[in-house]
Parts: sequence; C-alpha cells; structure tokens
Amino acid sequence: MLKIENLHAGVEDKSILKGINLEVKPGEVHAIMGPNGSGKSTLSSVIAGKEEYEVSEGNIIFEGEDIDELAAEERAHKGIFMSFQYPVEIPGVSVTNFIKTAINETRKAQGLEDMPAKDMLKLIREKSDLLEIDRKFLSRSLNEGFSGGEKKRNEIFQMAMLDPKLAILDETDSGLDIDALRIVANGVNKLKGENNAVIVITHYQRLLDYIVPDFVHVLHDGKIVKSGSKELAHELEAKGYDWIKDEVGA
Amino acid sequence: MDLKEKLLSSFLVFENQAEIDSYVNNVRNDAIKTFEEKGFPTKKDEAWKYTSLNRLLKEDYSVFPKQENALEYRDVKKYFIHEIDSYKIVFIDGKYSSHLSATTHDGLDVCLMSAALTKPKYRLVIENYFNKAATDDSLSSLNTAFSKEGAYVYIPKGKVIEKPIQIIHFSTGDESATMLQPRNLIVVEENSHVQIIERHQSLTGNPVLTNSVTEMFAKKRAIIDYYKIQNDGDNASLIDNTFIKQKRESIASVHTFSFGGKLTRNNLNFYQEGQRIDSTLKGVTIIGNKQHVDHNTLVHHIEPNCESHQDYKGIFADNATGVFNGKVVVEKEAQKTNAFQANNNILVSDKATINTKPQLEIFADDVKCSHGCTVGQLDESALFYMRTRGIPEKEAKALLMYAFSNNVLSSVKIPELKRRITKIIANQLGVDIGFDL
Repeated sequence: MLKIENLHAGVEDKSILKGINLEVKPGEVHAIMGPNGSGKSTLSSVIAGKEEYEVSEGNIIFEGEDIDELAAEERAHKGIFMSFQYPVEIPGVSVTNFIKTAINETRKAQGLEDMPAKDMLKLIREKSDLLEIDRKFLSRSLNEGFSGGEKKRNEIFQMAMLDPKLAILDETDSGLDIDALRIVANGVNKLKGENNAVIVITHYQRLLDYIVPDFVHVLHDGKIVKSGSKELAHELEAKGYDWIKDEVGA
Repeated sequence: MDLKEKLLSSFLVFENQAEIDSYVNNVRNDAIKTFEEKGFPTKKDEAWKYTSLNRLLKEDYSVFPKQENALEYRDVKKYFIHEIDSYKIVFIDGKYSSHLSATTHDGLDVCLMSAALTKPKYRLVIENYFNKAATDDSLSSLNTAFSKEGAYVYIPKGKVIEKPIQIIHFSTGDESATMLQPRNLIVVEENSHVQIIERHQSLTGNPVLTNSVTEMFAKKRAIIDYYKIQNDGDNASLIDNTFIKQKRESIASVHTFSFGGKLTRNNLNFYQEGQRIDSTLKGVTIIGNKQHVDHNTLVHHIEPNCESHQDYKGIFADNATGVFNGKVVVEKEAQKTNAFQANNNILVSDKATINTKPQLEIFADDVKCSHGCTVGQLDESALFYMRTRGIPEKEAKALLMYAFSNNVLSSVKIPELKRRITKIIANQLGVDIGFDL
C-alpha cells in the first residue's frame, strides 16, 4: 500500500529526514516511535503533502503511484488521512458542515455525486455514536474551544467518516485522559480492516496498549534505526530512548 | 461642459417641470445652491482621502431619464428575493415601473416618492420628515436638489409588517451613460416593525452613477431592519447616502453586502435622539479586480444608555481597494453608552489594499467604547488542515472566507435573503459548495 524509499526531506536548508525506508501493507498497523526532534511529525506531514517540506531524494509510493507531486487534497482523495497532533481551530465552520464538504469534495474528485443528505445524516449518527460524541457538539465551530480530548476524538470521527485506506495518527494520544484514550483507540480499532492500514506515531507506548501494532519502528535523527515487533515498544518504555542512541552509536 | 455645470443647468429645466409644494421647492433650491458652492468632493476632503470620484465624473452622463423602458419580470426575476411574499417598489432608469411593483395603501403606505412629494395628503409627513435627516454635504444636496422619485414608506403606529419591502433600481443602459438620483423616505411610527431590502442593478455594461439618498425615521420602540445588496455590474458605481434618526428605545440595523460594482461609497449615518436606542451597522465586502468599496460610517450618541454595534468584514483580492472609516461620537450627555466597532479584513492578494480608520470622539466619561481593526491573510495552517481532509485549496479558502463573514450573515433575519447572499458569496468566490453552517 505505502512504500517509502530512501526518503530525504527538510525545510529550506535544514534536512530532517535522512533516508527513510518503510513498507506498509494492507491490514497492518505500524508504530513509529522516537524522541522529540527525531522527525516523526515531519514524516507524517511529508506523507500528507505539506508544501513547506522539500523532498530532496527518494520516493513515496502509494498504491503503486509516486505521490510526491500530488497536492494534499489529492492525496486525501486517494485515501490518505492524517490525524493532527494539534488540530486547527476553524471558527465559523461547523463540524458537520466541514465533514460534509470534505466527503462531497472527495466524492466529486472520484467522479461521484454528492452523498444524499439522508445517508450523510445516518453516517454522521453512526460514527458519532462510535466515538461517543454528543450531537450538540457537531454543530459547534470546528475545534474552537474544544478540549484536547474533544479535538482528538473529533479527528478520529473525521477519519471514521472519510474511511481512509491509510490513516496516520500523529501523536493522537497526547492530551488524552484514559477514558478518551480508550474511546479513540476503540474507534481506530473498529475501523481497522484487511484493506486498510494505520501508522501510529507516538512518543509513548501507552496508546499501543490499545492499538496493538504489528511492527514498531524507532526513528532517530531522521532515520529508522531499529524495527521490531510490539515488544520493542515495551522495551523502549522501560529503558527510554538513550539505549537506542547508544546502540546505534549516535 | 463638466458634470457639475451640466447638473446646474439641468436644474433650471428640472425646476420648471416640478409640480410640488413650496416646502419641497425651497429645500431643493437651497440644496442646489449648496451643491454649487461645494461641488463634488475631492481627495483633499478628509472624508474622501481614499476614494476619488475623478474618473467617474468624466463620463458624459444623461442626467434625466428620457424615456420609459419596460422590463419583463421573468428577465429580472433573479434580482428579486422572489421566494418570499413581499411589497415591491421598482424603478427602471429612475422611473417607476408599476408592472414590476407591488405597492400598497392598505393600512400603510408603500409607494412612490413622486406621489408623496406632489399629493396634498402626504404634505404633513413630507414637511415633517423630508430632508430632516440628510446632511448638507455636497452629494446629498445634489440628490436633494433633484429629488423626485424613489421609495416612500410610511408605517403607522403599532404595525408589524410581515412582508418585507424590496426596493430595486434597475438601469437598462439604454443611454450610453446614466446618472440616477433616487430618493427614499421611510418613516416608521411607534411600536412598528419593518424589513427592507434594497438593490441597485444595471443590466448592461454602460456606465451608471447612482447618487442615492435614503432617510429613515424610527420612532419610539420602532424596529427597522434594512439590507443593502450591492452586487452591481462592472461599470456601475454607487454613492449611497443613508441617514437614520432614531427615537427612544428604537432598534435599527443596516446590513450592507458589497460584492459588485466599480466604485461603491456608503455614507451611513445614525443619530440617536433618545434613550435606550440600539443601532447596528454590519457589512460584508468581497471584491476583486479593480473594484473599490468605501464604508464611511457615523454613529452619533446624543442621549444616555444607548448602544451601537458595528461589524464590518472585508475580503480583497486582485487590485481591489477597500476603505473603512468609522466614526463614533459620544456627546457629554450620552453617559452609559456602549459603542462597539470592529473592522476585520483579509487581503488575498499582494496588490489589494485596505485603509481602515476608526475615529472615536468621546465627551462623556462613563461609557464603554471599543474598536478594533485587523488586516491579515488566510490562515495557512487551517488551509493545510482542510486540504488533508480532501477539501481542495480553492474550496478551503472559500470556506474560511465564508466563515470569516459569518458573524455578519448570522444576524440577517430573512432566511431566504441569507440563502441568496450565501449563494452570491459562493459565486463571488468561484466555488460550488453549500456553506450551510
């Protein structure tokens, strides 16, 4: 599904990703862990298509197509979703209207008609129930005045609505209390299937107790320095990241 | 012969045609003298520093409508808020169109200024209100001198008028260039309520210059909601002079939606002549190309315990220019005044300009007055966020701009009008999305 080959990327003259290789197949859950500043958020932003980042070398192949030249919205239309670490507040645009626009624009790009209002309503009801989101909340301005937990739940709600092939969860656990964490993780798990994949980007292991990864990768200084099974996450939790740094001789 | 001379010599002809009472005649005669003395404003006038009429005044305007033009309703239906039942006062090239209008004298008067200015039964109202709110600035004076036609609305005491009143001025472009001087008078007596929608629409690309004066009087506890749709053609310019005098506990609001036209100048003036008055001035301006929109507002707080709310949003693309000059005067007697003013702008292009200037003159010491103006760009991080959800850049920008304007739109009380304006905004932003917020 996703194949990243020798990816180098940075902002202006500063190189941040220094040769990433990663392959994600349908049905898999990958966790990318690493200390602050290792390039985790850059990696997710580059996959999602943030224009500030310059890809200087390497490829991002999604379903057999090099997506480097595609705009963020085109990547979204192909089924890539990124949950933001800090979802942006958009005053004046309600959650409902935003997600309706997102879905219909995606359908338009795929040559489909707008989703009938009745179906949209049903889908919204279904997915908001899944994430235990109060209906009143849906008419509020997007992310405006939301608590940290509400913002993250709203991200996963949007993900559920858009039903992406590849979901990248960037530090989705930060700012979540244990109940919200469980709801969010439960939402992600319900959406997981044979045909889609999830990349969980996180600093801590705790989210991985709920969303169990098939593979864990450790990012350090712009490179994946170690890959393993979910046990690796426990090891990192117990020993910290210095151990890795020593091991790779950084 | 320049336009001023042309107007002055036309006045002699105009005066001879006029069959009106002496009060109005005197007012007109004084007004033409004032215009002759003051002439058109220039950039040397502080209030016209950022808006030049020079180019507009060079056109060779026909200053009187020469012939009656007819329009078929189906051809102009789209300019009406046709989804609602309403009274209509419609003019074509400055002349009343009975065919397109729906007036009334049944318990209220929704009719023509020309009738009000000439028929004895209106004399008392005319003598009490005509030219009693308009100032003697040069352009209002010019309009007063030539005042002959427009909308006349008189709502007696204690009437809530359910049907909005639509006032539409069409220009057919039949003359190569047309100057129009519509004159509206709206009197709303105690405890009455009226909603009015006004629009100026040219139907061809020929130049049109409209110099309009609207006088409104809101008596004790009256409510007036006035909406101006300014979405005219590329060669149509409008100088809108609106004056509202409010009495005790009255509530008046003017919403101005400026999307079209070449040059638009809004002189909007509120005078609070009583206690516990509420005045609202709101506007959304979305323009591009070389369009120019200037909002020049005045709220005069004369008595204690009153409020005013101003909220103007502007979005400027291409080489468009905007001006906001908002003046609030709080007299010494006007204690406990609450006056708010906000003007927020987004510049979408490097070449667009906005000049914004709040002017507060406060002589009372126990008041709450605030003002704020901002000029910014669209939030890039919000745009990226929206794009990652599949909303293309253009649509994402449109959604942000719509959201930016939504504070003003949300107080529009006629749902069909709100829908129409939303549609015009979508069209203006070049997108086909619902915005159903």
